[in-house]
Amino acid sequence: MTLSTDPNVIQELTVEELRAKFGTGMEIAGDEEYMLLSMGPQHPSTHGVLRLLLELDGEIIVNLAPDIGFLHTGIEKTMESKRYTLGLVLTDRMDYLSPMSNNLGYILAVEKLLGVEATPRAQAIRVILTELARISSHLVWLGTHALDLAAMSVFLYCFREREYILDIFEMVAGQRMMVSYFRPGGLWRDLPEEFEPAVRKFLDFMPSRIADYEALTKNNPIWLDRTKGIGVVSAEQAVAWGMTGPSLRGSGVNWDIRKAQPYSGYEQYEFDVPVGTDGDVYARYLCRMEEMRQSLRIIEQGLDNLPDGPVNIDDPKIVPPPRSELSHSMEAVIHHFKLWTEGFDAPEGFVYQSVESPRGEFACYLRGDGGPKPARVHFRTPSYVNLASLPIMSKGLFVADVVAIIGSIDIVLGEIDR
Amino acid sequence: MNQDQLVVDKIKAAYPDVIEDVVDFRGERTIYVHTGQIREVCQLLRDDDDLQYNFLSDICADDLLPDFPRFAVNYHLYSIPQNHRLRLRVWVEDPEDGPETVGDVWPIATWLEMEVWDLIGVRFKGNDSLRRLFLPEDWQGHPLRKDYPLGYEEVQFSFNWQEIDAKKPYAKE
Repeated sequence: MTLSTDPNVIQELTVEELRAKFGTGMEIAGDEEYMLLSMGPQHPSTHGVLRLLLELDGEIIVNLAPDIGFLHTGIEKTMESKRYTLGLVLTDRMDYLSPMSNNLGYILAVEKLLGVEATPRAQAIRVILTELARISSHLVWLGTHALDLAAMSVFLYCFREREYILDIFEMVAGQRMMVSYFRPGGLWRDLPEEFEPAVRKFLDFMPSRIADYEALTKNNPIWLDRTKGIGVVSAEQAVAWGMTGPSLRGSGVNWDIRKAQPYSGYEQYEFDVPVGTDGDVYARYLCRMEEMRQSLRIIEQGLDNLPDGPVNIDDPKIVPPPRSELSHSMEAVIHHFKLWTEGFDAPEGFVYQSVESPRGEFACYLRGDGGPKPARVHFRTPSYVNLASLPIMSKGLFVADVVAIIGSIDIVLGEIDR
Repeated sequence: MNQDQLVVDKIKAAYPDVIEDVVDFRGERTIYVHTGQIREVCQLLRDDDDLQYNFLSDICADDLLPDFPRFAVNYHLYSIPQNHRLRLRVWVEDPEDGPETVGDVWPIATWLEMEVWDLIGVRFKGNDSLRRLFLPEDWQGHPLRKDYPLGYEEVQFSFNWQEIDAKKPYAKE
């Protein structure tokens, strides 16, 4: 098949050509003529600009191919021309529902490359905020997932609690969503005084709110009908197709990076990893609901044992000096000037740092060439990889079930296309 | 025995000449593997009972212009049973003649290789579903290469396509 590069030529592709163009390595059904239906890119239940090419036999899905790239903004390329600290702001914009996890993955990779480790207080604050982001991300997932399955009110309750979390983020970082709060070597600044009471209040009311969501969904017969036995993926399939996060654990594989290869001091916290058995939409739903409760446990432990001390490491080559020093220390002025005009040099070499984002394994591959800018940044984003198993989950089901399955793997298109 | 060492020993026992170099940096082990045998090595690492690298985390490529070989492809493997990470790295001299696909070892590799081909232009032998994933299917070039223009380019729209196309550096037929 040759494609014309002339945009004025309208190309009529046959079914075979479309398969050749959009096939993703999956086996192709028989010779019968099926109906091809384009779902998206402007579709409310694809959670962004995702286009699905469905091959239908009546209302049954014979084959499905995701078509992505509508939100591609070249973040990896742009970061090659930004200094390490400035590249951070772009990571917020990938998974815009949990920017804290992206910040953490990138910052840990930079710190690994530099060979430094954040102070205990900074690590604890990072854990607390990342877990808050996990809850807020799961709330959006639950709300939109329920909305796709025609349960309107869950969405409103979820967003009420999410607003509370975003207010906490605004208090801490000055921004509701694009926080960029974690910096190489520590944090932007220490927590404000109002932070702890606000989070304590959240810890008080949130368990009963989660119970409310469950009362609306968990035993709801319509919910059970739409989710039980839908989109089943076995443990072997899930591992082979690279699924991670709650989508993998719903299939019964107990792998959580926070437990398996702890980072940022996760080994000091006591929490359980919920694991499902059936591998269907309902199992993934149960995993995420339980994860919210476990995140609350982690936040509570983090607040109880929050260490005192500085939030930034004592290295003026990486962390800018406090504002108060600039007025009386010449050295501080020099460091400040050098840091914001030239940045810091990272050694030659490459590192790969994984963190458990709300969607799964978020990893950052970072190659330094000795200069102040990374030579190559690559993100392994969980939504991108989880999307690949959408075809194996939805074959033989109804079109309406695809909507439930997309909701259950919880994709964010900003992160897929990046 | 140390898992890092075990991996190297197992590969050496099965394929004596395949390891080109072993590098440790920041606690991560990188094994440079001969490009022609990446699929066999991956198969071994997945199927061996003591290694069980059943999870392919990521495939990504580096453009090392002006060095030669210019490209390198990284395979980030993870073993869920052994809780161990490993990076395999192969050199690619000619991007059109890249390493063999590992899609039959881990099915997800087909999908990850598509991204590598789209953005950096390394072609994987045997992967017949390489297509434009993020970019439009008529896009020219691979943006993550180091010699790709970084801006100051006129944007091509349908109304001025030919006009700008005539100024592009690639060869016309």
